Amino acid sequence: MTSRRDFLTLLLGAPMAAWACRASRPPTTPPGQLLSTGAELGHRWVRDGRAPAPQTFTRHQVVVVGGGVAGLTAAWALARRGVRDCVVLELDEQLGGTARGASSAVTPYPWGAHYIVAPTAAQHELTALLTELGAIEGYDDHGAPIVDEALRCREPEERIFYRGRWYEGLYLRAGASADDLRQLDVFQAEIDRWASWRDASGARAFTLPVSQCSQDPEVTGLDRQSFAAWLDERELRSPRLRWLCDYACRDDYGLLASSTSAWAGLFYFAARQTGAKVDPQPVVTWPDGNFPLVRHLAEAAVTRVRAVVSSVTQGPDGARVVAHTDAGPVGFLAERVIVAVPRFVAAKIVEPLRAAAAVASAPSDYGAWAVANLHLRDRPRQVMGAPRAWDNVLYQSKSLGYVTATHQQGRDVGPTVLTWYYPFTDDDAAGARRAISGAGQPEWAETALADLSRAHPGLRDLVTRVDVAFWGHGMIRPKVGSLWHPQRLAAATPVGRIHFAHTDLSGMALFEEAFDHGNRAAREVALALATR
Amino acid sequence: MSDEPKPTAPPSAAESSGPSAAESSGPSATEHSERAERMAPPPVPQAPGHARPAPGPEASAERAAPAPVTRLPVTALYLNVFVVATCGLVYELLAGTLGSYLLGDSVTQFSLVIGLYLSAMGAGAWLSRRIEGNLAQRFLDVELAVAVVGGLAVPVLFLAFPSVDHFQLLLLSFVFAIGVLVGLEIPLLMRLLEGQLAFKDLVSRVLTFDYIGALVAALLFPLLLVPKLGLVRTSLLMGVANGLVAVWGSYLLASSLRRPWAIRARALAVTAGLLLGVWKADALTTRAEDNMYADPIVLSKSSHYQRIVITRGRSGFQLFLNGNLQFSSADEYRYHEALVHPAMLAATTPPRRVLVLGGGDGLALREILAYPSVREVTLVDLDPAMTSLARTFPLLSKLNRAAVSDPRVRIVNDDAMVWVAEHPPARGQAWDAIIVDFPDPNNYALGKLYTKLFYRRLAAQLAPGGAVAVQATSPLFARRSYWCIVETMRAAGWSTHPYQVAVPSFGVWGYVLARREDFAPPERVPSLPLRFLNDTALAGMFRFSADIGPLEVEVNQLDNQALVRYYEREWQRWE
Ligand SMILES: Cc1cc2nc3c(=O)[nH]c(=O)nc-3n(C[C@H](O)[C@H](O)[C@H](O)COP(=O)(O)OP(=O)(O)OC[C@H]3O[C@@H](n4cnc5c(N)ncnc54)[C@H](O)[C@@H]3O)c2cc1C
Repeated sequence: MTSRRDFLTLLLGAPMAAWACRASRPPTTPPGQLLSTGAELGHRWVRDGRAPAPQTFTRHQVVVVGGGVAGLTAAWALARRGVRDCVVLELDEQLGGTARGASSAVTPYPWGAHYIVAPTAAQHELTALLTELGAIEGYDDHGAPIVDEALRCREPEERIFYRGRWYEGLYLRAGASADDLRQLDVFQAEIDRWASWRDASGARAFTLPVSQCSQDPEVTGLDRQSFAAWLDERELRSPRLRWLCDYACRDDYGLLASSTSAWAGLFYFAARQTGAKVDPQPVVTWPDGNFPLVRHLAEAAVTRVRAVVSSVTQGPDGARVVAHTDAGPVGFLAERVIVAVPRFVAAKIVEPLRAAAAVASAPSDYGAWAVANLHLRDRPRQVMGAPRAWDNVLYQSKSLGYVTATHQQGRDVGPTVLTWYYPFTDDDAAGARRAISGAGQPEWAETALADLSRAHPGLRDLVTRVDVAFWGHGMIRPKVGSLWHPQRLAAATPVGRIHFAHTDLSGMALFEEAFDHGNRAAREVALALATR
Repeated sequence: MSDEPKPTAPPSAAESSGPSAAESSGPSATEHSERAERMAPPPVPQAPGHARPAPGPEASAERAAPAPVTRLPVTALYLNVFVVATCGLVYELLAGTLGSYLLGDSVTQFSLVIGLYLSAMGAGAWLSRRIEGNLAQRFLDVELAVAVVGGLAVPVLFLAFPSVDHFQLLLLSFVFAIGVLVGLEIPLLMRLLEGQLAFKDLVSRVLTFDYIGALVAALLFPLLLVPKLGLVRTSLLMGVANGLVAVWGSYLLASSLRRPWAIRARALAVTAGLLLGVWKADALTTRAEDNMYADPIVLSKSSHYQRIVITRGRSGFQLFLNGNLQFSSADEYRYHEALVHPAMLAATTPPRRVLVLGGGDGLALREILAYPSVREVTLVDLDPAMTSLARTFPLLSKLNRAAVSDPRVRIVNDDAMVWVAEHPPARGQAWDAIIVDFPDPNNYALGKLYTKLFYRRLAAQLAPGGAVAVQATSPLFARRSYWCIVETMRAAGWSTHPYQVAVPSFGVWGYVLARREDFAPPERVPSLPLRFLNDTALAGMFRFSADIGPLEVEVNQLDNQALVRYYEREWQRWE
């Protein structure tokens, strides 16, 4: 690994690195761990090797490969349909994939996904899930569910740090010129237009999940240009607005607006709004992000962790799944298999895909993410400006800032956990992964501390530990042309007894997408089992 | 008297206390240095104009007559007596005032302090005969010791008060030490002047200046020093005066000193140190803070959560949290009787188990404990510093009639929002009455305690037939905020009866009485020792005049915090 300073330069830029390293003696790094994200097991048993053939194959009606949101949703949805003989195989020690969370003596906190958007009246399955969780407090006059107040992100939701001061909200209003504000209005008018747009069949242009969005060429055509180009075309060049758009892309997609499909860029804003001039749907969050959803979904399922699936094949008597476990290879024979792993893993383990991979592959691109959980003895002193918020964003940083785990619980004083997010927006994702390979907890902890210390001088003294997760293939990225590519749509089609579910099938990484594909795959499987 | 309507700080005040303190230290720092200049000794000491011409300017006198018996600048030394006497009495008054402020019961404190001080002076005078050697040197040493011990007395005592167990002992030790040192001063001075003039003149002059000094101190102290400077700065400034006397003395007595520059350097260092203290006193009780309050501050303390200030004036004492008045001892009975009794009376059965949320001052507890039916009270207040003050600070524990130490009372220090969520009552353990007494919703951390979510969680704490009362800011100054609280409680499924009362220190103040089922507000006040409430007052509280009546408002929810925004807008108009 390179020096601390080189590492900081790589991640935060030279000026920040110089600032952070101005002290002659490097400070002591707080202790902490690097979370296992399953990469090591995956590399060993999928990328580089293969589990030997097992002696016996256990019979199950359904086997789900992958215990992330998509896989667990599939198991949950099958159980709701009465299909109970279903086992979920998960490579890692923990369920949840990129939506997992953890807990300290102080508070639960997230390791990845940290919010969902409140469901509209059309999202029946999500409403059903939230109802099971006791998270729906009623319905509004239009029959849309109202999410429990305790889960709707507490105000102030976000603030932004700019030149030594915090400001409320995400758009930097302070010091905005009349023209900046005019451009913001123009942009909002565009979003309003798309929010109220309906195609001939009444489908919305942008809505959650992607499968419900209109396929009218007027909308899908937006996929052929970048979000930045779309903004340029409308002369929307206000730096503040462009920052907001870049932020949105970094936050949800791990990309800059210049590489993001304009369809995805507009989706971020318009899908949350059910009509013109309507408040966006509330953000719904738990202290440990989306992990409570994962836990609830998992309750319905039989799960097996540390089971690395290395092949899925099919024969006349059923589909065979081979997994490596601590007790050696195990085999399953299932009527149906739901493969709920990232597309790039599926391409390696699913026999029919492996055969086809050489022929054609959808352009898929995975961005790396680093997440650091900073455990604090006490809150940083509140200095100038806007009060503490849930999401605390730094205007002049390549990171996304941090969310505060205790915010939603209303714990406003004392110890807490801050979750810091850093997306690698480099176009060349593989190059970025190589450049930081070998970075350990100290490097990440120092980066997070250097980044946040600008807004919170003295933060280091409050931090008791910094745990880090590095998601090398954290998210599929909706680059220009990737979303309405015929390959993406085709990838969800079952192959014989093998069905597919994963957020990748939407071309972007969101809970709602993983959930949607899990439900769809469960529907397919339930139908197949019923009509056999 | 502070007649201002209660919490007037804008919502950001608490959050931004850092910078405002920093800003305020700027101007006051320059003021201090100006004062320092005015007080600095003239480079060449001169006898005051009105003094007798007798010994002439010392410098020339010394040079002209290096006599075997050193001729001392007598008049200037009288002036020293005057300063010494003034400072001495001020220290005594300071100690007495501090004692009565912090420990209550001014008569006892004053006579204790004065008695001890006088006897300590006697001890000092007696000890003085043991002092031999270079008298001038000794005198200046004592002077410097007075400067240090006296000057630092009040700041040290103030700082120590919250964390020291035997505060009175510490206070009296200071009094004794200062008394001894002051007691040494005059005899030493008289011995220094011995031989300079006839004994009868000496005694008469010295004592005259001594008593004049005492008179000046007695006048300056209540009229100028305490109101303008506060106790901490007065103490430090007296120390500076003693220090300057020592500096001056090092010139006046130069001829009798072996190394005048050495003592001068020490005296200058002590004076400078104390002056720095005057300037830094802003950190202890900021000058800005002193100016913020109409009455002198008797306690000011930054807890983990807030700044607690108690001031004391002619009409009693006041408690401020983050600059917002919480109560004034003169009329808090109106506020607390109105807060507590309607809910106690609206419950269907005489309440046995009562929950108090907020109200760390213990005054609501006092009202609750007046009911013989009450077996158990739990009080949840965020700030342990506040509840421990309510128990140990004599002014406060007297006012709340030691309610916090009552065996029926259990104190929990936690955020009420978190506590109610994490402590759903076990079967049969729900509360018969709940009293909610939070500070006004002037920031988001407080705003959450007025949300629909909070009131829903509150409902889960209440026994069937139980009642709650919520302090709900002023329907006059913050009308929308008040009705927003009422509306929010209704949205959370409560049946409500809004009510209000006039509290002179606050203005018109609002509350909400609520139960889970429909009910009629109580009409009869039981025979308890109440000062304000009777049947007529009770009936009147539920009537609203036109200018404070209901308005169309939003419901306050966690994700809109509508109330904090209303509140911010409304109170702004009154500032
Ligand atoms: C840092 C970060 C922040 C995010 N924030 C948000 C957010 O705030 N809101 C939001 O909606 N979304 C967010 N997302 C995206 C969200 O986490 C995902 O879209 C969603 O959880 C994906 O679920 P999934 O089941 O489709 O995939 P995954 O989470 O990738 O789950 C796949 C599972 O399969 C397992 N697996 C892989 N290979 C094998 C194998 N060979 N054998 C067995 N098991 C295998 C994996 O270990 C994993 O558990 C975030 C993602 C990241 C990385």
